Amino acid sequence: MNNDPVDSQLIKRIRDNPKYQQLVAKRSRFAWLLSIIMLVIYYAFILVVAFVPNVLGNKLSPDSVISVGIPIGVLIIVIAFVLTGIYVFRANGTFDELARQVKEETK
Amino acid sequence: MSRFLWCLFVVFGSFYSSTGLAADAAATESSVNITAIIMFFAFVAVTLGITYWAASHTKSTKDFYAAGGGITGFQNGLAIAGDYMSAASFLGISAMVFARGYDGLIYSIGFLVGWPIILFLMAEQLRNLGRYTFADIVSFRLAQAPIRTLSALGTLFTVILYLIAQMVGAGQLIRTLFGLPYEYAVIIVGALMILYVAFGGMIATTWVQIIKACLLLTGATFIALSALSHTHFDLELFFRTALESIKSSGLANHKKVVAEGKDIFAPGGLVTDPISAISLGLALMFGTAGLPHILMRFFTVPNAKEARKSVFYATGFIGYFYILTFIIGFGAVMMVAPNAQYVDLAQGTLAGGNNMAAIHLAHATGGDLFLGFISAVAFATILAVVSGLTLAGASAVSHDLFANAICGGKVNEQTEMRVSKFAALAIGIVAIFLGIQFEKQNVAFMVGLAFAIAASANFPILFLSIHWKNLTTRGAMIGGSLGLITTVVMVVLSKTVWVDVLGNKTALFPYKDPAIFSMTLAFVGCWLFSKLDNSPRAAAERALFEAQSIRCESGIGAAGSVNH
Repeated sequence: MNNDPVDSQLIKRIRDNPKYQQLVAKRSRFAWLLSIIMLVIYYAFILVVAFVPNVLGNKLSPDSVISVGIPIGVLIIVIAFVLTGIYVFRANGTFDELARQVKEETK
Repeated sequence: MSRFLWCLFVVFGSFYSSTGLAADAAATESSVNITAIIMFFAFVAVTLGITYWAASHTKSTKDFYAAGGGITGFQNGLAIAGDYMSAASFLGISAMVFARGYDGLIYSIGFLVGWPIILFLMAEQLRNLGRYTFADIVSFRLAQAPIRTLSALGTLFTVILYLIAQMVGAGQLIRTLFGLPYEYAVIIVGALMILYVAFGGMIATTWVQIIKACLLLTGATFIALSALSHTHFDLELFFRTALESIKSSGLANHKKVVAEGKDIFAPGGLVTDPISAISLGLALMFGTAGLPHILMRFFTVPNAKEARKSVFYATGFIGYFYILTFIIGFGAVMMVAPNAQYVDLAQGTLAGGNNMAAIHLAHATGGDLFLGFISAVAFATILAVVSGLTLAGASAVSHDLFANAICGGKVNEQTEMRVSKFAALAIGIVAIFLGIQFEKQNVAFMVGLAFAIAASANFPILFLSIHWKNLTTRGAMIGGSLGLITTVVMVVLSKTVWVDVLGNKTALFPYKDPAIFSMTLAFVGCWLFSKLDNSPRAAAERALFEAQSIRCESGIGAAGSVNH
């Protein structure tokens, strides 16, 4: 099956490796932090839409027809993209390097 | 290979005879656009060529389900974006912006924000734990047979609902664009998707998706830029002109907006109460993370690094695409709505239906040639998306149900692949049949239902199996089933089906979107029945969590790297 028996000695060695523990702690803290940022931004937006939709209808300036909702909407899209970029940059650099060292040390 | 050529012959034969028939029906159907037909044939020829090439490279199950694991992050990002940017979202969201203004953007944002969450909490875990289907991950430490059966059910429900919606949309779109009768359009789409999937597997499906994503992004960029150039790229003038144009629009919807003095640049009536708002938000955000044809794409890249990159690129492409649809929607308000040529005054809608906003804008900005190009792109979009869906459904049948749940994993690759090809054929035939049956029905609720099932049945068990040590088979089975059943029941009893489809007077379930209830119930079910599970099997499953996390984090033991 797909869960090929990874030998228990190796599991033990990896688990007890300080760098592995560091990797898990760092990566999961970072992933949850970014997730929470995204969730807060999105649900703040949805709650404004649900409770005070008029806020998003305010005009950018008295002589403009553009509402503040438009740049805010576009900004959320851009933020989502930037957050994925930040995560990929850090994970493909720092985290993968740590994972490589763990593999090296526990061979 | 000869079988492949034979099938090709049959499809082209049917296309030839149906275009012949179409000429007879041209009086009743709309006129035929020659550019569109040439472009479409070129697309079909290229993709069938790719399928032919892919068929000769599809030797193992790994090639068939996961394109041999050799797709790069950038390519996969395009393919994911291709899967996500369906004709429904291209035409549907631009039409929603066209008809209701700002509300369309609320939908787009909901569809997009699921992606960062998938990246942060699921992408690399999917890659490191899975091989071909998301059930691989859930059954990593849980019991194979029941979990795979439940996941396959969740997959098939999602896939079939999504397929029906796409098929009906395809039939109507192609009838309007190419002047083909509805049934022929559905049969051609179905036949081509069966060919791509059964012969070319994931390799063909991925490349069809990549080509289509490039075409769609190019086409949408051109429409948006042409609309903006109309006001010399002055955004203030662009929105002001749209606001002026809507006053002279012939559409019933627009007349109502003007009469009621509604602001099209502010949230309107789409989201009426907080429960619906949050429920819709949940379904859009977490539905994405439970769509089987999307999850499957994470198995086509060689490692976690490429899996992450693919989400980064996909989020960029999809976000850019949604900004374009927003511009296209208002562009259509400006250039399409006031022009009697595009409006069906008797109906008070656009000619061919309100979903045609983007298509008419293509004509208004670029004439017949550009209309032909966009029509062909829309058709290509449908073909590519239904192929991805069919492959996901076929994989659930052959890999989850047949190879693992029934044969206990002891089955040779060639047999499993043959089952998969027949499953693709069967799903294709079912989709064609249902597509024709549902022609006159309102199928708009089906995509919403597919998302709600994905969010309430597939996502909770997948997410908990990755992140929560205590999840057991019993908990996952009960929680997942609860999510699946309550979603279906609540949607059937809601206004969209109970009143709009079944014709009853009042809805028994007051909200349009069940996700807030069904998703909560699924999570609570998984949690409660896992906690109460003291069986020896549960203990063994919890003990396996450590090995699972180590593989998740480090990639050690992850299913095969690249085939070089």
